[in-house]
Amino acid sequence: MKYALYTGCVAKGAGRELLDAVNLVCEKLGIELAEMTDAACCGAGVIGEDNPMVADMLNARTFSLAESQGLDIMNICGTCQGVHRKAQRKLDSDPAYKERVNAELKKDTGREYKGNLKIKQIYEVLLQEVGLEKLREQVVRPLQGLKVAPFYGCYALRPPEVNDLKDPDDPDELEGLIEALGATPVDYAERLKCCGFPIMMMNKDNSLKLAGNAVAGAKDAGADVIVTPCPLCHLNLDSYQPQFASKMGRKLGIPILHIPQLVALAMGFSQAELRTKTHVVRPTGALAAI
Amino acid sequence: MANNKVLFRIQRFDPEKDEKPHDQDFDIEILPGATILKTLHRIRAEQDPTLALRYSCGSAICGSCAMKINGHALLACKTQVSECVRDGIVRVAPIGNLKILRDLVVDIEPFWESLGKVNPYLMPEGAAPEKERNQTPAQFGSIDPSTTCILCAACYSDCNALEVDSSFVGPASLAKAHRFIFDSRDAGDQQRLREISERTGVWDCTHCGECSTRCPTETKPLERIEEIRVQAMADGHHGNAGARHALGFRETVGKRGLLDENWLALRSVGFFNLPGLISLMPVGLRMMMRGKMPPLIPHSIDKVDEVKKIFARFEELRK
Repeated sequence: MKYALYTGCVAKGAGRELLDAVNLVCEKLGIELAEMTDAACCGAGVIGEDNPMVADMLNARTFSLAESQGLDIMNICGTCQGVHRKAQRKLDSDPAYKERVNAELKKDTGREYKGNLKIKQIYEVLLQEVGLEKLREQVVRPLQGLKVAPFYGCYALRPPEVNDLKDPDDPDELEGLIEALGATPVDYAERLKCCGFPIMMMNKDNSLKLAGNAVAGAKDAGADVIVTPCPLCHLNLDSYQPQFASKMGRKLGIPILHIPQLVALAMGFSQAELRTKTHVVRPTGALAAI
Repeated sequence: MANNKVLFRIQRFDPEKDEKPHDQDFDIEILPGATILKTLHRIRAEQDPTLALRYSCGSAICGSCAMKINGHALLACKTQVSECVRDGIVRVAPIGNLKILRDLVVDIEPFWESLGKVNPYLMPEGAAPEKERNQTPAQFGSIDPSTTCILCAACYSDCNALEVDSSFVGPASLAKAHRFIFDSRDAGDQQRLREISERTGVWDCTHCGECSTRCPTETKPLERIEEIRVQAMADGHHGNAGARHALGFRETVGKRGLLDENWLALRSVGFFNLPGLISLMPVGLRMMMRGKMPPLIPHSIDKVDEVKKIFARFEELRK
């Protein structure tokens, strides 16, 4: 099993610990990764709201880079995954537009997107390609007793046409993964909501309220930790947690883990190997029992 | 028929008796092809005539019967019961982000008020012609989706930004604004874009996608919001954090292929916005203490020249 690894910007910037966990998990599972060091930012939906053609060209270029290696793409960021799948759908469903994008792309890069590509997020690779049974075999430290609240992230959910979830209005894929690792999934009202990150720079108050509601919701439902497939959700829920907790006048202290970190913990990797000390809310206490 | 029994768990609220809403269960046999609305009518007729709900046409045209089915806003008249049964149960509740008046009926007034904020009427130039103002099919095409809105408020109900801030203008209003900004007969587009770029406007949308997912028509507010943002950027409405954020993306990705998160944060608040810059310090310090700061000398991707060539034609590629 081999994938073109699209790291996205955050795993190279403010969320470098995510990439460590991805590499550890994939190596353990025998998933070979070819990092796409020449792929550009997906635009995170922002470039597409400035110049849709440029955003589609950037993503068509990324797709063509993977195609030229004969590999499917593995994303490790929920936002990159959502943006990629949306761009792919736009191109695949409109041959005339795809031809136009390819014509422009060829002028600048000599590349074109042919349309022979699957794009998956790491947790989808774990669920669909590795399978829960094989994953369970790799669990040497079951996360017994750990109550884990999944936070899906908007881009992994909506629009429903661009994800592989069985029921995007009431998904249970992350819950299944959490159970396979020996932990207990926690249900709470905010698990499918927005973390607020996209408006942090435009409307900080609203952004902090959204993040605060999500973390407080998980805490009130009894969660020890929150786990998310999106490093942007991670940034908002973790890095700003002291700020929104103080605004709410509450003690929250809920660590936020990247999905590959949770998987790696169950596989026996240490917190030091996962560099969890880089988290603003350190998970040391919450993970002490496992 | 016994196999077709379903439990309708309906949220009830009587302002004269109840302090807060509570659920009530109704066992009911589901007739083949029954919609949620038809079934609610039967519950009223056969079990409890006091159940309050708002409805009218029953044909997905009037937009009266939006309600939350299993936690998400849908038109009751357009939704088959068979699609909604989870473990034998269908949960029904009033739409969100609005005050509940009784059972499934909400106070819809704030929704109408939000529409009023975007000048929802044509602002043409010059005196009215003798006959109507004509449009070509292509001109109508650009506003075709946004004219299909039936004002059901399903988008308003599930909007994540409205949940934390009722001053946000909301997805239906932004779709309504789109309908006039892109109308070839309207002369107020720049005024509209300027006003909508301000706080509580188009850049306060979190991009959660709920509005388009819940929309029962082709309006799809998020897509319309994206088109408004593209137009606002193209027409130079850059004096706000949303536009500066987009410019920051354009500049750093165009230069390095990747995002420079440090630059983006500073660019978004504005380099001369002292209070804004100070407000970044707490999170900056926290991240620095944890060794989480993005690299001060940012990476570039390999073959970045290809990306630079694309960005060199940025304005040309808008057309």
